[in-house]
Amino acid sequence: MAAPRADADQERGPRRTRLISGPGMLLVWLYGVMVVGAVSRSAVQISTDFDRAPLAYSLSAVAGVVYGFITYSLVRGGETARRAALACCVAELAGVLAVGTWTLVEPSAFPDSTVWSDFGMGYLFIPVLLPLSAIRWLRRAGAADAGPGTAAA
Amino acid sequence: MLDVLTWVTSVAALLLAAWCGWSASRDRPTKDPHFVGMAVVTVLALAQLVVGIVQLVRGEKPEQGTTIFVAYLLGALACVPVAGFMSLAERTRWGSVTVAAGGVVLAVLEVRLYDIWGG
Repeated sequence: MAAPRADADQERGPRRTRLISGPGMLLVWLYGVMVVGAVSRSAVQISTDFDRAPLAYSLSAVAGVVYGFITYSLVRGGETARRAALACCVAELAGVLAVGTWTLVEPSAFPDSTVWSDFGMGYLFIPVLLPLSAIRWLRRAGAADAGPGTAAA
Repeated sequence: MLDVLTWVTSVAALLLAAWCGWSASRDRPTKDPHFVGMAVVTVLALAQLVVGIVQLVRGEKPEQGTTIFVAYLLGALACVPVAGFMSLAERTRWGSVTVAAGGVVLAVLEVRLYDIWGG
């Protein structure tokens, strides 16, 4: 069902890999939710209570910025955006894993939790599942764009 | 009143999520009945926002702060309509999945709202 639509999209207008068709739309939604969650959370915490847990709140703000960039790249589409989003998803995954481990190993460094604490447990583990799905989706979008022969990859 | 609305909204949101998830599993995009469902859930969220603001004006204080409370009320109101518009742009099963995810997110927001108010 999605395949003929993607073809139609490529026929009209400049040829630019569409990243928000099919599962991409779900990813944009989830990333959008995480942007609102992480940015608003860190904005409130940094503006009202920054001294309590500066590290945790700064990390939430960074997470929000990364999520924002990935959302923008997905909506924009195109090969450059796809690569940039892919790089950010890898960085995001590394961030979640690093911060998740860090919060478990040294909880005293985190008087308050961040978006990425305990691998994103407070957000239903979406922070760790999202980059994995996004990396898969972006790689597939790249393969489909490379030529019809590789579309099945 | 607010607690009742919180529970009713989260149950309605989960029903909407289940319905759209079912449609997605049958390879169907969102159709008019789904949008009626989304409208019902959105009206509930709007009622919650109004009741919440009335309680604030009456001088009641949310346990975890007024700013966070209002932010969550607004987020809860926007959640399902935004997912609905995205499903209009994606006329495949993935549009239905997106609305289903919207319903789950709203249910989570409701649980948080319950905590923030201190129910």
